[in-house]
Amino acid sequence: MYNKILLAADGSDHSLRSAKHAMALVRGGENPHIDIIYVVDGDKSKTDVLHYGNTDVIQSKRKEKLSPIEEMLEEKEISYEIHLKHGEPGPAIVKFANDSQYDCVVLGSRGLNQLQTMVLGSVSHKVAKRVECPVMIIK
Amino acid sequence: MTVIEKLKKTWLGNIRGDVLAGIVVALALIPEAIAFSIVAGVDPMVGLYASFSIAVVTSIVGGRPGMISGATGAMALLMVTLVAQHGLEYLLAASILTGIIQIIFGWSKLSKLMKFIPRSVMVGFVNALAILIFMSQMEHFEGQGWTMYALAGVSLVIIYLFPKISKTIPSTLIAIIAITVFAVVMGINTQTVGDMGALPDTLPVFLIPEIPLTIETLVIIFPYALALSVVGLLESLLTATIVDDMTDTESDKDKESRGQGYANVVTGFFGGMAGCAMLGQSVINVKSGANGRLSSLVAGVFLMFLILVLGDLVVQIPIAALAGVMIMVSISTFDWNSLKMLTKVPKSDSTVMVVTVGTVIVTHDLSQGVLAGVVLSAIFFAAKISKVNVEKSTGHSDSYKIYKVEGQLFFASVTDFTKSFDFDEAVNTVEIDLSQAHLWDDSAVEALDKVKAKFHQRNVEIVLSGVNKESSQLMSKLDGLSSGH
Repeated sequence: MYNKILLAADGSDHSLRSAKHAMALVRGGENPHIDIIYVVDGDKSKTDVLHYGNTDVIQSKRKEKLSPIEEMLEEKEISYEIHLKHGEPGPAIVKFANDSQYDCVVLGSRGLNQLQTMVLGSVSHKVAKRVECPVMIIK
Repeated sequence: MTVIEKLKKTWLGNIRGDVLAGIVVALALIPEAIAFSIVAGVDPMVGLYASFSIAVVTSIVGGRPGMISGATGAMALLMVTLVAQHGLEYLLAASILTGIIQIIFGWSKLSKLMKFIPRSVMVGFVNALAILIFMSQMEHFEGQGWTMYALAGVSLVIIYLFPKISKTIPSTLIAIIAITVFAVVMGINTQTVGDMGALPDTLPVFLIPEIPLTIETLVIIFPYALALSVVGLLESLLTATIVDDMTDTESDKDKESRGQGYANVVTGFFGGMAGCAMLGQSVINVKSGANGRLSSLVAGVFLMFLILVLGDLVVQIPIAALAGVMIMVSISTFDWNSLKMLTKVPKSDSTVMVVTVGTVIVTHDLSQGVLAGVVLSAIFFAAKISKVNVEKSTGHSDSYKIYKVEGQLFFASVTDFTKSFDFDEAVNTVEIDLSQAHLWDDSAVEALDKVKAKFHQRNVEIVLSGVNKESSQLMSKLDGLSSGH
């Protein structure tokens, strides 16, 4: 039933758990594929540029964060693709999900930045409300 | 892409997003431009003219579309003494000179030099900037009653909580309007923008600063202009890289350096203080949907329009409300992540960061902090790289010893290098394996010669092996020199 899944991840422990659930969902699918979306917001851009300086290093550091998830997917031989996006996490995930056809969107209920959740509200709530396909929120 | 197509894309590629974001930024710019003027010790007019002309000029000639430049805290803090000792006219002249230096920087492609500024110095730079902005606001509270604290507190609460209700209007603006209305309606007696000096009631006009064109003047303004150029470019290029990342596009850093320069020259002639790219405003701009040049133009023009139309209201803004905005600016400028990282990154990096911040807080000069940070990291680097590892092993017979040298041989490492040899050992032949080493300067060659000579005195034969090409070239070059004496 679930073949094509969008997984929102930022490399946090929460997103690792979400990845496990996403993998469980596609198990038994005919041609499973997981798209991983990692959204970098303005504040993250600022810290990354400050600490790593050059754009190439930043890109590889960000990919590195997702490598535990990549390893898990490779081990289970599930095809995947990583998409780095910029902007507000909520709207960016919604746009990406609605632009193509997914069987389900999987995301964690809390990311790395707790202050943001407090001030800006929950990303998962926004996504659940506006994405057209089923959404699975991992608590 | 032809030039015309490119121009069209960077100017008109995103009209709706750019115009809306430009308006939002203009609203957010007003309190900052006024507050930074007060920091520098000049009339609010000077900062407002600066933000107007810098935003407009950089929109046309800057290298990073979507970035916002204007009067900034980093620059204002550098001007305090110049203004206090010599007055506004010298500041305007210094702004023009700053621009000229930055243009030279840009043309000579010196933005490459930025790579010599270590990351920990940059982190120290923003943290110091944040602390200085915060400290500059504390001065306003001295000798003020509880109303000042209360108003500033309420404005902070509004700034942080209003985004929960709506994010279309900048919450700083809402805070300022709310506090101003409250203070006026309740008739609260508190310091206002009007008490700080004149506000513009006309568009800026072209004026040549009234200063004597002498060497003395140059001697006065040059150190300030140099510090302003460096700090301005540092913050501008850092901000440009952040905008690059946020928009996933590249930008021309040399063009941006020149653009900042042109903007400062124009600003000085139009009665504004030198400025640079604004980190916070640029992030707001991109977040609000901008990515083109139009956004900065709209921000500058709309800012001026608002001030000319609403000037009478602006003078009534309580300083407490502005202080709230500036405290928010300093909190968001500070790199909180660096506190978490303090224990995780190498000790030398943390030390450099802390020394950079400390120097700035003591001297109130960001450029001196950067200098201290760069020098200290250079020393740490030299210390790290000057560790030479020499390992002794026995060759095919007991009288044949091999010294394997690992590391960089130069003036700082030669002492350790020479000490690693055992000259009194009874051997016939010593092989020095340099395959993992590199000779960098005449001290290295000299040290190697000294080692050779000492072994020769004891009738020990010396074999050099694995000398790389550059090192042997250096050796033969210097040998030629010394034999010529």
